[in-house]
Amino acid sequence: MKDKIFKSLLFFAAALILILTAGIVYSLVIRSTDAFARFGFWQFVTSPEWDPRPESEHYGALSFIVGTLMTSVLALFFCIPFSFPVALFTGEYFKGKKVASLVGSVVNLLAGIPSIVYGLWGFYTLRPIIISLGLNEQGFGVLTASLVLAIMIIPYASSLTSEFLSMVPNDLKEGAYSLGATRLEVISRVSFPAAASGILASYILALGRALGETMAVTMLIGNTNNIPSSLIDTGNTMASVIANQFGEASGLKLSSLIAIGLLLFLITAVINSIAKLAMKRIKS
Amino acid sequence: MRLLELNRVCVSYTPGKNAVNNVSAAIGENTITAIMGPSGCGKSTLLRAINRMHELYPNVETTGEILLKGKNVLRMNPMEVRRRAGMVFQRPNPFPTMSIYENVLAGYKLNGIRLGKNEREEIVETSLRNVALWDEVKDTMNKKGSFLSGGQQQRLCIARALALKPELLLMDEPTSALDPISTNRIEELLLELKEQFTIVIVTHNMAQAARISDYSMFMYLGDLVEYDTTKQMFTKPGDKRTEEYLSGVFG
Repeated sequence: MKDKIFKSLLFFAAALILILTAGIVYSLVIRSTDAFARFGFWQFVTSPEWDPRPESEHYGALSFIVGTLMTSVLALFFCIPFSFPVALFTGEYFKGKKVASLVGSVVNLLAGIPSIVYGLWGFYTLRPIIISLGLNEQGFGVLTASLVLAIMIIPYASSLTSEFLSMVPNDLKEGAYSLGATRLEVISRVSFPAAASGILASYILALGRALGETMAVTMLIGNTNNIPSSLIDTGNTMASVIANQFGEASGLKLSSLIAIGLLLFLITAVINSIAKLAMKRIKS
Repeated sequence: MRLLELNRVCVSYTPGKNAVNNVSAAIGENTITAIMGPSGCGKSTLLRAINRMHELYPNVETTGEILLKGKNVLRMNPMEVRRRAGMVFQRPNPFPTMSIYENVLAGYKLNGIRLGKNEREEIVETSLRNVALWDEVKDTMNKKGSFLSGGQQQRLCIARALALKPELLLMDEPTSALDPISTNRIEELLLELKEQFTIVIVTHNMAQAARISDYSMFMYLGDLVEYDTTKQMFTKPGDKRTEEYLSGVFG
């Protein structure tokens, strides 16, 4: 009897999650239909124009889609040279040792710092550096946002990569050592290829994190509604334009912002599924 | 001629406690020597001391002398030692990301040794013929090694070790994860390989030691209790413990 009650409780909880998710998607779809009906789905996705003047009101998401992809991919690129060595350090070279768990927990601490704190740090520490390097007059832009974003996603990329590296069976590594390989050769020719799809998945997941990151990016990207013309140009990401403009938006503009929200949701969902697929492949 | 000589070899995992205790023995060329004994007697530990596999893990200490052709392996470059003394493990461990062809050549690839195309083909063919795998895989050379059966995988691993033309082949219970037919196949193979290579094999299977080895060591609690020709050991063991082990009193 108790078992049955517990089982139905669990069932209820699981069903609730599904209903909640469906509800979120439903309300996003319903409230974005205005924008999609007015501009058409493809038109909305491919138009870079964001004009809120009542006489020529027109909204398109392309600038923000490009801004999002630029900052995220750049952040991923910047994060690799830091996260990969950390992963090798904790998952291979110093695996199981105290120093590895110390480094691992410090890196994981990075994941616990609230986004707004990264934003503040970027605003008051990184931005002046960008200015003094003469890259950009005010220090805002895609580059500044990407650098902070890169630091924010290091823990996600490195902890997963480290886990996949340490999952490489000892049998294989011993086999390689027994043939006279050095440690570096074992890592590059045996461990890395064996863990490659997992490592790829870790980085795709990190990319997923970067896509949706809002607060720090909003504080640093400059918030201009255009396709960034270069890495030091300002722009907006999908998340930052919503954060910036939802407060005073209504009518068609609000619907357009919600449509951008829906698109962001879809993009991250696709990215995460790709990562899940890649991980499934190594497990089988 | 003596290929391998062990002088007072001790291995310890924790300081002051020897898992292998003062083992001395000499092994001649083109022979098969079996190391037998109950679990935990130190037979694998002794075998892995020879190609310095213990150094991959902290806190394992090996002392004494291990002479390969008169030179102490403990003072050589460990990579060189491992190239000269190949190893086959308990469970087949072909590299899953490499094809059969690449697996055979893995030793060269891992060591960064470049070979011409003809040389590569020749090494692959000879090594696979050596383990009687050539006819079975010659048409599927580009398939991953992990598609083979367990017994074929183990023969591939032997071929991989042989490809480097080692002076010594160390085998750590190479058939314990295999079915009887594959085991039989590998035993026959070892008898043929003896013509070209010197083999030291750890086994907990007494019958296997009796079938294939020329010399046998019996280890117990880290000590080398007895080392003699296999024939002598199985007919007239010199030590009571050997006799008890061989007659199944313990083990």
